[in-house]
Amino acid sequence: MSCFRGDRLVLDGVSFSVPAGGALLLTGPNGAGKSTLLRVLAGLKQVDAGRVRFDGSDDFAGRAAYLGHQDAVKPGLSVLENLAFAARIGGGDAAAALAGVGLGSLGALPARMLSAGQKRRLALARLALLGAALWLLDEPTLGLDTASVARFGAALAAHRAAGGVVVAATHLPLPMGDTETLVMGAGL
Amino acid sequence: MTGFIAVLSRELRLAARHGADTLGALLFFFVAGALFPLAIGPGPQTLAKIAPGVVWVCALLAALLPLDRLFGGDFEDGSLDQLLVSGTPASVVAAAKAGAHWAVTGLPLLVAAAPLAVMLQVKDGVLPVLLGGLAAGTAVLSLLGTAGAAIVLGARRGGVLLPVLVLPLAVPVLIFGTLAADAAGTGMSPRPALLLLGAFLAACLPLCPVAAGAALRAAVD
Repeated sequence: MSCFRGDRLVLDGVSFSVPAGGALLLTGPNGAGKSTLLRVLAGLKQVDAGRVRFDGSDDFAGRAAYLGHQDAVKPGLSVLENLAFAARIGGGDAAAALAGVGLGSLGALPARMLSAGQKRRLALARLALLGAALWLLDEPTLGLDTASVARFGAALAAHRAAGGVVVAATHLPLPMGDTETLVMGAGL
Repeated sequence: MTGFIAVLSRELRLAARHGADTLGALLFFFVAGALFPLAIGPGPQTLAKIAPGVVWVCALLAALLPLDRLFGGDFEDGSLDQLLVSGTPASVVAAAKAGAHWAVTGLPLLVAAAPLAVMLQVKDGVLPVLLGGLAAGTAVLSLLGTAGAAIVLGARRGGVLLPVLVLPLAVPVLIFGTLAADAAGTGMSPRPALLLLGAFLAACLPLCPVAAGAALRAAVD
């Protein structure tokens, strides 16, 4: 596939496939198009040439969960309320998802009280709640402490064991084994 | 449908936490309406003549106030990406946003319009027609405003662009709304004007969310 961002050709002739239960790491220098590729996979950005298929279908609606640079946390809502939308869409239990990232005791706290790392963990809880088969992660472990990274590793392993696919752009080592790596070209 | 209800309940919860935004539009409506008797003079004859127009114009402007934050906050903090990736079609997200805008801004304006109209000495029999027209009018404004807010999303100075884009589109609503109230005041039937308002609403109901959805997709691209 190929994709422009503004006037600049960011993705050119990128091609890959990931099996069920597999994981793909996107590496490369800043500006190599890792985030753009993830946004394309999430359906947020259109490809200008080529095609993206998941499980034999072009339709990604509701099958991908995307964790971007921003945590999409609403400071005015409580920690638990921030998950209400994902819980309704994914049909999961928000309190259990919070406990899964070690924020179980902070559910009633306004989200503006959270630290940057805790907000990231809240975003990870939402990711798990959505129940999507394809996880698209943009620097998922940024700002996480060691214990949280280990918990996130367990979540990744469980997701892959259930046949889920992970595509992650990262500069930090991710807590999972058996991954393929796609090295993306140097930015212009 | 699940997506619509999920987005709507999310919006209403957010609005409940940021009550000052809602109250701001309502207070603006009252203060702007109350300026007219001060500027024009308290004569009941004059006021009764201009009352429907004043209520309509003030409601139009007040409904615009919360629009630039309708998608702005979600766009900046990444929530809009999450809404669009969730599998809910962009047009459904936009429709739910418009519904929330009406519930949080249009409905309170409708309630506040009655005391304002009475304060402006509106004639007997005009008030129900005025409010009936406003009910449809505020809904159209929420829909047009949602489409406008989605289109200017990501543009610099979008807040200035928004009224310039939305107000001309709202002109037919203003004309037929005040026409209905005037007709009721002069003893004619307000029915044709109200029906035209309803037709305008029926056209906006499917078109605006679709336009807004396409604009949202373009904004995150």
